[in-house]
Amino acid sequence: MSVTEAPARRGKAPRGPAWAAGPLPAPAATPTPGARQETPEAGAANREPLCLHCGLPVPAAARAEDETPFCCSGCATAYAVILECGLGRYYRLAERRGAAVVPQGRSYEEFDHPAFHGLYVHHRGELAETELYLEGIHCSSCVWLIERAPLSLPGVAGIELDWTRGRVRIAWDDAQTRLSRIAGFLGLLGYRAHPFRGGKADARRRAEDRAMIARIGVAAAIAVNVMLAAFALYCGWFGGMEPVYREYFRWVSLLLVTPALLFPGQVFFRGAWAALRTRTLHMDLPIAIALAAGYARGVVNTITGRGPIYLDGVAMLIFLLLLGRALQLRAQRAATDSAELLYSLSPSTARVVEPEDRVRERPAEALLPGMVLEVRVGDTVAADGVAARGESEVDTSLLTGETRLRAVGPGDPVFAGSVNRGSTLYVRVEQTGEASRLGRILAQVEAGARRRAPLVRVADRMAGAFVAVVLMLAAVTAWWWLGRDPSAALDRAIALLIVTCPCALALATPLAVTVAIGRAARAGILVKGGDALERLARPGRLILDKTGTVTEGRVSLAAWCGSEQVKPLVLALERHSGHPIAHGFTEAWPALAVPPAGDLAYTMGGGLEGRVAGQRVVVGSPAFVKARLAATEDPAVEGRPGALTPVWVAVDGRLEARAWFGDPVRADAAAALGALARRGWQLSLLSGDDPAVVRDVARRIRLPDRRCRGAASPEDKLRAIEAARGPGATVMVGDGVNDAAAIARADVGIGVSGGAEACLAVADVFLARPGLTPLVELVTGAERTLRVIRRNIAWSLVYNLAGAALAMTGVINPLIAAVLMPASSLTVVLASWSARTFETRAGSGTTLGPPR
Amino acid sequence: MSVLFVVVPAALLLVLVAVIAFVWASRSGQFDDLTTPAVRSLHDDSEPEVRPPGKRHRRVPGGPPRAP
Repeated sequence: MSVTEAPARRGKAPRGPAWAAGPLPAPAATPTPGARQETPEAGAANREPLCLHCGLPVPAAARAEDETPFCCSGCATAYAVILECGLGRYYRLAERRGAAVVPQGRSYEEFDHPAFHGLYVHHRGELAETELYLEGIHCSSCVWLIERAPLSLPGVAGIELDWTRGRVRIAWDDAQTRLSRIAGFLGLLGYRAHPFRGGKADARRRAEDRAMIARIGVAAAIAVNVMLAAFALYCGWFGGMEPVYREYFRWVSLLLVTPALLFPGQVFFRGAWAALRTRTLHMDLPIAIALAAGYARGVVNTITGRGPIYLDGVAMLIFLLLLGRALQLRAQRAATDSAELLYSLSPSTARVVEPEDRVRERPAEALLPGMVLEVRVGDTVAADGVAARGESEVDTSLLTGETRLRAVGPGDPVFAGSVNRGSTLYVRVEQTGEASRLGRILAQVEAGARRRAPLVRVADRMAGAFVAVVLMLAAVTAWWWLGRDPSAALDRAIALLIVTCPCALALATPLAVTVAIGRAARAGILVKGGDALERLARPGRLILDKTGTVTEGRVSLAAWCGSEQVKPLVLALERHSGHPIAHGFTEAWPALAVPPAGDLAYTMGGGLEGRVAGQRVVVGSPAFVKARLAATEDPAVEGRPGALTPVWVAVDGRLEARAWFGDPVRADAAAALGALARRGWQLSLLSGDDPAVVRDVARRIRLPDRRCRGAASPEDKLRAIEAARGPGATVMVGDGVNDAAAIARADVGIGVSGGAEACLAVADVFLARPGLTPLVELVTGAERTLRVIRRNIAWSLVYNLAGAALAMTGVINPLIAAVLMPASSLTVVLASWSARTFETRAGSGTTLGPPR
Repeated sequence: MSVLFVVVPAALLLVLVAVIAFVWASRSGQFDDLTTPAVRSLHDDSEPEVRPPGKRHRRVPGGPPRAP
């Protein structure tokens, strides 16, 4: 292919190079956002102009004296669009996203396809409405921009963004504009749109959430007002009260509590009824009995006008229990969030070659076996198939984790989810959608995420034992007192039920976990499920992916053996290529002045050759370069370990330099993993990459060879997780889609910074800070959280035992029990709040947006 | 003290109104997303439009139509 027209592209989702040589007039290979970390050019060039749009340094290649500085064409376009809309104020907002806009050649044509409309678009009157998932929302200024800019298109009626979920709801007039145009417009601003595929489950969940909030609100209002009435009554106890007012307030209490029992309190009765029908013991059962008995007692005493009423206790109980439950639900919620998001991220579009060689974009759902797809450089293959025409190299790291590119020629299988890196490839479709390998992996991921649910039910079973004991004690108490003092029997039993109310017990875990999760998020560790923290508190088996987890997941220059003068010549060639090796070269020497190159030629699977400053330069694999050496040369030098990829450089037929490329191990990996090993974690390395490479990395993080395994497919990884047995939890740490199934299946799945979204979506924990140090913090924090939970449970158990003893012996009446009950919850709340779990570090706050 | 017979029902009536309003609000989705609206109000629209310095910009294909 002609290297100068490398279309704008980006690589393996978030961590790949934002390789943009797009429509800029100068043949410029633009550095990535990641290039910011590299030392900028030395000396005078140190004061680089910053990009007007994204604020990143503008590379020399894209700089022009008289123009406004932009780091890439994507940013220039976004800047122009924003001004065009009259939204220049965007640039004065305090918080702005610092990421270059990756220009995309996408037309979003498939968004207008009838198949797409049938699936995702609803019509409301004249307007069409849909929900899209947007990538790249970072900060509050994104909200500002996204909710304003598209309104300048004719026919867009409304646009509303849900920032935390990265979801945008768009209403538009189909007669005036098309969805593809709106999506394309958002694309220009740097937000890639995906159809949101979780519609139904999401609507159901939203309805549940709303009902829950309404219940809590009503219960709170009633509880507070009943308390007011109760206060009047208590005052009357001590200060005396005219009977007519006492009766009055008792009736008011009854009037208030009745709706609390009927509307918010209903859930407990329904839960208890369901438990009875399935013959299981559930937390709801004693609660329902206590509520019913307390209420019945209150009704009788109100009507007869004798004896105390405990209606304030009943109302308070309903409110506090609902609140505890909501906290618990919120902690569990995010863990089950994932599956829908997954489907939003699998490739949604493909270019189909139709008869007469016309190419059209179609939604992935409309693909059929037998169709021929055109896969351009940088595109993700949308379906499994066989290469029909063209020769190329594909990046299968998404599926297998292998960092080296795989050569593909006619007849070779190509899998959905792999990225084309060489040249345009034509693929005959064999399997699509859920039948494709990627689809099957995602299905396994989803199944794994679901399979976790039963563990939540274990907690309920444990509560069952508690419930059985309480019910038995209440029955014994009632029976015992019936023989001695029949009038007090019911009071004692109710006091027991109220005082042993599992409020504090039910709050103990969710509260400690919620507080810990909040602190962890501030330290850049996003924990989705509370049970993950509980499981991480005891050492178990930690299985690490290599690429992108232990290593940085990018190709970089590991060693260079040659003279300094050769470097500019190599760069002159490589800056025109989109190959990962080329990226490695440009990243290694960002500050070199580069002479112009001409006469470029690229050989698939070989390398680059061209003419630089009058010299013939060849850069590529040893075999490729050897074939182009002058006959007298016979370099039989290998020298370096096979774990690195060798690249040779020849100038005018003489071998001048050799370079080795590898994936560097993260700087903090050895220290962090050492710390974990000392705590008793059993570490192992599981990678899809070449075994030799895996062993090399294992040696550098001081892992014995038997603890590492290479060439593992996603299916192998899943099996390895399933086979892992022993004490403690099995924890999988990874970053790619190839790890996603294993991450979902593991007891605890951890996604690392920069990972693929599919993997982050199913992970229980996402480390938003790069490196492996957060992993150690996570384990430490989990241990501390578990300690807090244990302390809370101990508190509430002691409290319940003491309360039960007092109630059974008749020392406390139901009224005092109702006052003591919230006191125990309060103890737990304070203990959870004051406990130190995760260290919050100053200045390391992360924006709690959707993972990149 | 007999004023209680008027004040308490009146207070309860107010509570009822508040509760109905709350239930309506939660059912209509006012509490669905608690972060975005908070962010939204941070950026006030009333400030005058400011054009940052820069060259004249070309029309962008796919961009918005020019304001009349």
